[in-house]
Amino acid sequence: MYHIISIRDFGRRDLDYLLDRAREFDAGECRSATLDDKLVALLFFEPSTRTRMSFATAMARLGGRSIGVDSVEASSIVKGETLADTIRVVSGYVDAIVLRHPKEGAARLASEFASVPVINAGDGAGQHPSQTLLDLYTIRQSMPIDGIDVGLLGDLRYGRTAHSLALALSLYGVTLHTIAPGGLEMPANIALELRERGMEVVEHSDVQEAIRELDVLYVTRIQRERFPDSASYYNVASSYRIAPDLLAGVKDHLMILHPLPRAGEIDPAVDRTPYARYFEQARNGVPIRMALLHEVMK
Amino acid sequence: MSRKDRSRGLLVSPIKNGTVIDHITAGEALNVLRILGITGSTQECLSIATNVESKRMGKKDIVKIENRELRTEEVDRIALLAPQAKINIIRDYRVVEKKGVEIPKILKGVVRCPNPGCITNTNEPVESTFEVLPKGLHCLYCDWLIKDDIANHII
Repeated sequence: MYHIISIRDFGRRDLDYLLDRAREFDAGECRSATLDDKLVALLFFEPSTRTRMSFATAMARLGGRSIGVDSVEASSIVKGETLADTIRVVSGYVDAIVLRHPKEGAARLASEFASVPVINAGDGAGQHPSQTLLDLYTIRQSMPIDGIDVGLLGDLRYGRTAHSLALALSLYGVTLHTIAPGGLEMPANIALELRERGMEVVEHSDVQEAIRELDVLYVTRIQRERFPDSASYYNVASSYRIAPDLLAGVKDHLMILHPLPRAGEIDPAVDRTPYARYFEQARNGVPIRMALLHEVMK
Repeated sequence: MSRKDRSRGLLVSPIKNGTVIDHITAGEALNVLRILGITGSTQECLSIATNVESKRMGKKDIVKIENRELRTEEVDRIALLAPQAKINIIRDYRVVEKKGVEIPKILKGVVRCPNPGCITNTNEPVESTFEVLPKGLHCLYCDWLIKDDIANHII
């Protein structure tokens, strides 16, 4: 049985294969690859708009159907049921489970109790492999990933998308530029792991210092709850805001990506520049999730 | 017993049956007992010597447990705290088996994950699981890395 739990479980060939499959679905080259007799459970125990809707859309585009719960309040978890029991029960209803859960490692646990494939749609501050795949897919639409310079900007301490993406990029000989406010730097053990994987990691304190070297700038949300008060939050957030004047002299093909939702990190005026690719990135969630759903249920 | 031994006296007397754990890293004897689940309320007859002089280690701890022969999986847990420890299985005052300890590749239910957000710290029916890496213990659920102070995380 094929589960999709963590980007650490994938090698370069696995990632390339899934990206190729997503491209085929995107181009309409897989019309015979359908899931019309299949049912997926979308178990979302944490809020989500894009991930949940894009999994539902992907399943519908493949001709399959989805059922699910949208919150802890609407499930038996409020009655004290364990996730393990929920997974065992739901396994009896469906052909695959897509799980979002607030606890790290929840998807790994689910895969141990499920009798159907499990896809991790985000587990707390842990892994979110389908997001990483759509990030890679968006980059690869414009340029080969090998050897490029990627900047990660924002909350690199708690941001799960940044960690997963960095790990995946380490398989492509990418030079990573980390740009984070004090206290939100990438954890030392992750930076060490990246370097052990042979990745060049360059730390910057200021986005201006790095932006002209970059092929991709990946912006993540700086969460207000990480700061002791609103004043210190606004101080940091404003100094990490991407505005059109910051983009003078950047490479012509620079892509600005963001997993969304954004909360002021990117000035809406940037949306009108050719560098803004985050809405296209969000759209790419559908072909990637089609590839994943098809792969685990084919 | 030689004259020299007599002058120093015997720190702990020999046991008839059971296990002697020798060459424990000095100061770790009580943690070793904790790993083995031996507390003040268990029935085993114990002798513990700490900071005993050792030619090889400078100082070492020794634990003797009467009427209990340690199983391999118990022995290997000790390796986390005392990688040089030697296990002697005693029957009728004789050493019938002598073995070193080996750190297992996977530790299940031995160490609590320090990450409060880890699924293993909930009411789920699952044991903590760590892989043992040269740089520390890696939680296979949440990817947390315990680099030092392992004794404090032992369940």
